[in-house]
Amino acid sequence: MKKITAYCRLTDDLVILNGKPCEISFPSEPGPGRLTDIYRHLEVGYPKFFKMDNLSKAGFLASEMVLRSLQYDMETPDESTSIVFCNRSSSLDTDKRFQETISRDNYFPSPAVFVYTLPNIVTGEVAIRNKIMGETSFFILESFDAEKMIIFTDWAFSSAGICRVLCGWTEYLDGHCNVLVMMVEKESDKGVDFNKQKINNIYRT
Amino acid sequence: MIKPLAYNIVSPLGFTATDNYAAVRRGESGVVPCQDPVGIPIAVSRLDRSKLLKAFEKKCKPSQKHTAPEQAMLLSASLAVQEAGIDASSARTGFVLSSTKGNIELLGIPENDFGRERIHLWHNAALLSGFFNNPNIPLTVTNACISGAAAQIAAFNMLEKGLYDHVVVTGVDMASDFIVAGFQSFKSLDPERCRPFDARRKGLNIGEAAATLVFGKADGKGISLIQGNVRNDANHISGPSRTGEGLYRALCHTLQDVPPRDIGFISAHGTATPFNDQMEAIAFARAGLDHTPVFSLKAHFGHTMGAAGILESIISIMALEEGVVLPSMGYKEHGVEGELNVSTVTAHTDKRFMVKTLSGFGGCNAALLYQKHS
Repeated sequence: MKKITAYCRLTDDLVILNGKPCEISFPSEPGPGRLTDIYRHLEVGYPKFFKMDNLSKAGFLASEMVLRSLQYDMETPDESTSIVFCNRSSSLDTDKRFQETISRDNYFPSPAVFVYTLPNIVTGEVAIRNKIMGETSFFILESFDAEKMIIFTDWAFSSAGICRVLCGWTEYLDGHCNVLVMMVEKESDKGVDFNKQKINNIYRT
Repeated sequence: MIKPLAYNIVSPLGFTATDNYAAVRRGESGVVPCQDPVGIPIAVSRLDRSKLLKAFEKKCKPSQKHTAPEQAMLLSASLAVQEAGIDASSARTGFVLSSTKGNIELLGIPENDFGRERIHLWHNAALLSGFFNNPNIPLTVTNACISGAAAQIAAFNMLEKGLYDHVVVTGVDMASDFIVAGFQSFKSLDPERCRPFDARRKGLNIGEAAATLVFGKADGKGISLIQGNVRNDANHISGPSRTGEGLYRALCHTLQDVPPRDIGFISAHGTATPFNDQMEAIAFARAGLDHTPVFSLKAHFGHTMGAAGILESIISIMALEEGVVLPSMGYKEHGVEGELNVSTVTAHTDKRFMVKTLSGFGGCNAALLYQKHS
């Protein structure tokens, strides 16, 4: 039976790991600075983090907490795990930043910003950090939809050899963060049932 | 297994799949010289806006104003749905949109009269399904340059798991200043028509297109999509793996039951950037495909991004149907290390399988396997 074996909820003022709020002091005002606060609190030690856009930072941190809590082996290449994320606003937060760099009178487009104008880059960041070589996919929906997330996860499991899916709603726009990342195991007797009601309960906390 | 019931391509080479395929067979290209937003020479395959609008208004009879990508998307989907003869308004029909940047051009026009939500990809998808009065929530796939393959895999799963009886998959992207400036900042644009796998290749051309595949369940006749997989390099967000890791692995799963000798050709991603083409050559060789004919369609259409996987699958399906291997336009002198059988002439093939591959930013790679039934 499919189970959620770990999950992380990340919003502007909330960090919840496996149902428990994390005591994190936020020196920064609400906004993107708090993602760096979380990074420092967790002592991640991954300088690439600072190059990421806010969507990637948020998805990365939530994934980091989920995988840490499962003592996931990030050193060994792993083709049995897939990453399937979705959101409402794609990479619009960074699209706006990039747009500012291509106005006629102030033209200095940067590849370091442009690459983040694709929402699936966050799945790549998590894959690189953890040597995950399964599928990485990104879908857009108008609003959070637990039923659809179950369907996407189901599809990911139908590719040969996949037994775990890191499934997430990773939304970041205009300084506001709304993220849920769950590890879903294909066959597990431990964890929370992977169904609509349970996902909605976790999302609404 | 699923099968394409009908397909359409809206590109500078024509507004039907038949016209586009004929243009490819004649060796035509939509790629023409132009300039980037600050006047640097580039080459782009651009849709003529007035021709597009005329064809769109004639076919779709819109009651409101639409952006160019919306026009191309709706025109392509309408033509394909009509040809398939399916009931697109049925709850048993699903819609999948494949796009990387949709209406991104609106970001540069703050005073546009389209409203704030029009910039969103889910809005594009809702416009697509809404146009056909379809009651289902449409799906948008946005997985960089492999979106068009990922969208077909989504359709595959929707049909295999019985969610729908028919799925309409439409891909669209335009050569907006946004995208052109971005690729230019990466220094990955060729100022001339691109040369995939060639020694003198300098980079890619951006291309504009919409393309649609209407899928139903396979019936053992015609052409079927029998397998598709996505795998990640876990290496770099904007550079391909030096060992072709993700593409090699996607190919291994996709070709599990089909030996390389049965594959007529590979329709590669072949963007004509130095790194991409080299990576593909390595992955194909590792997968035992170093003798299989390979071509890229990028010199005909440019890189059509969210539409690429769908557009290039359609041309390749038509080639498989006709029993020909297409020449890889722009290729003259071998430009990748190692063995790679780049196709240089139109050749006949009796083989029944073809492979479509794509790779993209974020380290993602996709392989699709199509079969022709006798």
